[in-house]
Amino acid sequence: MSLVFHDVRKSYGSTEVLRGVSLQAAYGEVVAIVGANGAGKSTLIKILAGAVPKDSGSLELDGQPLDLKEPRDAIRQGICTVYQELSLVLELSVAENLLLGVLPMRRGLIDWGAAHARAKEILASIGFDTIDTQAKIHDLSIAKQQMVEIAKALVSKPKILVLDEPSAVLSGSDLESLYALVGQLRDQGTLVVYVSHRLKEVLELADRVVVMKDGFFVAELDPKEATENDIITLMAGRQIEAIYPDRRERFGEPALAVDGLSRDGEFENVSFQLRAGEILSVFGLVGSGRSELVETIFGARRPHSGSIAVRGAAKHFTMPAKAIKTGLALVTENRQRTGLVLGLKVGENINLATMRGPFLSMAKRRSNAEQMITELSIKPQHCSNMEAWQLSGGNQQKVVLSKWLLTNPSILILDEPTRGVDMATRVDIYQKINELAVAGLSILMVSSDLTEAVSMADRVLVMRHGQVVKVLDAAQTSEDEVLAYAIGGHYE
Amino acid sequence: MNNVNPMDKAHTQNPLVTVRRGRLMVRGKDVTMPVILSVVVVALALIASPLTNGVFFTGNNLTNLMRQMTITGLLSLGMLFVILTGGIDLAVGSIVGFSAIIAAGLTVRGGFPVWASFLLGTLAGAGWGLVSGFLVAWFKLAPFVVTLAMTTFVRGLTYVYSEIAISARDFPSFTALGSALVYGIPISTMIMVVFFILGAIFLNRTPLGRSTIAIGGNAETVRLAGISVVKGIITAYVISGICSGVGGILLASRLGNVQPSLGNSYELDAIAACVIGGANLAGGKGTVQGTVMGVLILAVMNNLLSLRNVEPYWQWVFKGVIIVAVVLLHTRSQKRG
Repeated sequence: MSLVFHDVRKSYGSTEVLRGVSLQAAYGEVVAIVGANGAGKSTLIKILAGAVPKDSGSLELDGQPLDLKEPRDAIRQGICTVYQELSLVLELSVAENLLLGVLPMRRGLIDWGAAHARAKEILASIGFDTIDTQAKIHDLSIAKQQMVEIAKALVSKPKILVLDEPSAVLSGSDLESLYALVGQLRDQGTLVVYVSHRLKEVLELADRVVVMKDGFFVAELDPKEATENDIITLMAGRQIEAIYPDRRERFGEPALAVDGLSRDGEFENVSFQLRAGEILSVFGLVGSGRSELVETIFGARRPHSGSIAVRGAAKHFTMPAKAIKTGLALVTENRQRTGLVLGLKVGENINLATMRGPFLSMAKRRSNAEQMITELSIKPQHCSNMEAWQLSGGNQQKVVLSKWLLTNPSILILDEPTRGVDMATRVDIYQKINELAVAGLSILMVSSDLTEAVSMADRVLVMRHGQVVKVLDAAQTSEDEVLAYAIGGHYE
Repeated sequence: MNNVNPMDKAHTQNPLVTVRRGRLMVRGKDVTMPVILSVVVVALALIASPLTNGVFFTGNNLTNLMRQMTITGLLSLGMLFVILTGGIDLAVGSIVGFSAIIAAGLTVRGGFPVWASFLLGTLAGAGWGLVSGFLVAWFKLAPFVVTLAMTTFVRGLTYVYSEIAISARDFPSFTALGSALVYGIPISTMIMVVFFILGAIFLNRTPLGRSTIAIGGNAETVRLAGISVVKGIITAYVISGICSGVGGILLASRLGNVQPSLGNSYELDAIAACVIGGANLAGGKGTVQGTVMGVLILAVMNNLLSLRNVEPYWQWVFKGVIIVAVVLLHTRSQKRG
C-alpha cells in the first residue's frame, strides 16, 4: 500500500473533527470520499496536504513515515491538492498561477516566454487547451478557473492528487474533460483521492467509495454494487425515503412577469411568468447568463431593455433594496463571498437583511435567530453566537436562506441553493423550499445540478448563450432533454 | 465547442486594439490605466509652458523638478512593494529623518568616512524595515498599527540622537552626492532611476518579487504553493526601509543641514503616488510603471503650482483633489469590466 492513514485524529478547540481515521490506498486507483458537510472530509484532506497539522495518529507514504509540517512538505512528497474554494491569485495570469513557485528561470531571472510555453504545454496535455495562458484569472469564467486550478496541481506531476469537489462548478463538456482526465491519471499510476457530493459521478469514477460521518469512516463500498441511496443512508445515518419532495399541483395568480428583458453581452429577450406557489428552475451551462438574469430581476444590475412586473404592477428596481421592499429575495450563488459576513455571528447574519430603523431590538433579533435555527435545523444547535465561518458549508447555506426568509418574501430567487452542500442537508433544504411553495411563495431557482433542476421544479427554463431556448414542463421532460436544449443539440 | 464563454473568447482571439466595456485592450491586455495616466502627464506637460510663461521647460526648473521628485520617488517605490503585499508603511518619513541624521551625525560627530556614514544610514533604514516586516509577517499584526508605532518610535529615537539640527556643510564630500549634476541631471535622480529599474526587474522577473504581489492577491494560495509568505512580506518592508534610508541620505547630502524633523509626513506623498499609479491598497495590484506616473504627476503638479506662486496650502488642496479624481477614474474603468 502506498498511502496509509493510521488512527488520525484532529480537534478544533473542543470540537472533534476526526476521531481516529484509518485508510489505505494504492497508486493507480481512484478513492472517492463522501460524507455530509462537517463529516471531516475537508480536514482529512488538509492534513494530507500539510495545511493543518494532525493531533495524533500517523501517515505513511511508500512505507516511510510521512511528516507534514507545512504545504511545502506535501508538495515535495508528490501530494497535490485542489481545494473546493478556488485558490488562484485573481490579478495574475493563468501561466503565473500555474507555475507559482516553479517559474522557469534564465540567468537568475524569470523567463516569461518559457513560462507561457510551458503553461500552454501543460494545458494541452490534459485537454484544457481552450484557456489562454496570458489571461488574468479574474477575466475567466468560474469553470475555466476551476480547470486552471486542476491544471496547477498537475504541474509538478504528483504521485497523489487530491480533488475536493472538482465538479461543483463544471458542466457539459468541461465535466467530460474532467472525467477523462481522472481516468487518464489513474491509468498513468496516480492515486486520485476524489471528494464529491455528486454521488452519480462518484459511482462512475471511483474504484472504491469511502463514506465518512461525524469524523469516522463508517463504510467502504464497491461502486459496482452500491447505489446512491445506500450512500445517502450511510451519510445521513438515517433512512431517507425520497430526496425530492412531491410536486404541488395548484398554483395561484401570476406573481412575477418578465418581458423581453435584455442586458448586452449577458442575456437577451428573456420572457417568462411565475405564478404563486410555483417553482421555476433556470438551467443552463456556465456562461449562459443565468446568474446575470436573476441579479437583474433583483435590481442588482440594470436591464438595458425589457420590463419586470410584480403582481401585475410594472417595476423598475434601481437597487436591491427596492426589490426587497416589493417582496423579492435573492439567495446568491456564492455564500462565502456574497451570502455571509463570515466574521459576524450566525445570529447577526440571520438578521442582516431585516435590520431597519434607528434602533435594533436585541430580544427580537435573538428570537428571530433562534426561530430560524430551529426551523431550518441549523447545526450545531446553539450556533447563534458562533461566527459564520465556523459552520460547515451546508449549514452556512441554511443561514443565508433563513436571512432571506425573515424578510417575508413572496418571490424567492435561489441561485445554486445546494452547491457544495451534502445530500442530507440538501434534503432539508429541498423540503423547506417545497414547504415555502406550498405556502404560496413563487420560487425561481437557478441550478447547474441537472437532477435538481428537473426534480424540484414545476417548469424548467433552459438558457443557452443568454437566450431562453425552451421552457419545459418538469413532469413531462427528462434530464436528457433539458441537457440537449442547454447544449444546443437536437432532442428527438 | 460552441459553449465557449464569451469572456474567454476575447482572450483567445486577442485583436490588436479593442474597447470592451469601457476598458481599452491591446492584444487582450487591459491598458486603460496606463493610457489615462500618460494622458494626464502629457496634458500637464502641455499646459506647463503657457501656464508658466515658458519657465517650466528651462534647465534650471527641470533640474529642480527632478530633485523634488527624487525622494518621493524612492519612498513610493518602497511603498509599492509593501502595498502590493496588502500592507502599508507609515514609517518611511521617520526612517528618512533617522537615516539622514545618523549619516550626518556619524560624519560630523563620529568622524566616520562619508561612505561609511551613507552605508550605515542606508542599513539603518533596512533594519527598521526588517523590524516592521518581522512584526507584520511573524506575529501577523496589522501593518497600519505596526508602522504607526514604528513612526513614533523611530522619530523619537531621532530626537534622542539629536534634538538640534546637525550641519554637515563643512564636509564637501558629504554634500557632493546630493547636489552633483551631470548634464543638468542630479546624480540623486539617476540613483532613483536605477532603483526603479532594479525594482521593476525584481518585481517582474524574480520569484521573490512575484511572491509579494501574489501574497497581496491571495496569501493562502501562496502558502499552499509552498512559497514562504513570511519571507515575501519581510522582503517588502526591507525594500521600503532601504528606499527610505537611501532617500534619507540623499536628502541629508543635498541639504547639508539636517533637522531631526526631516521627512515628516513624507509617507503621505508616497502612498498618494502609488494610489494614483493604480496600486490597490487591499494588495495584489499595482505596477512600477504606474508608480513612476504617480510620482511624475505629483511632482509636475507641485512644480507648476509653485511656479504660478500658488500658496503651498492650495497645493495640498489640489493634491487631495487629484488623488480622488484619479482613483475615481481608476475604479470607474474597473467596475465596467
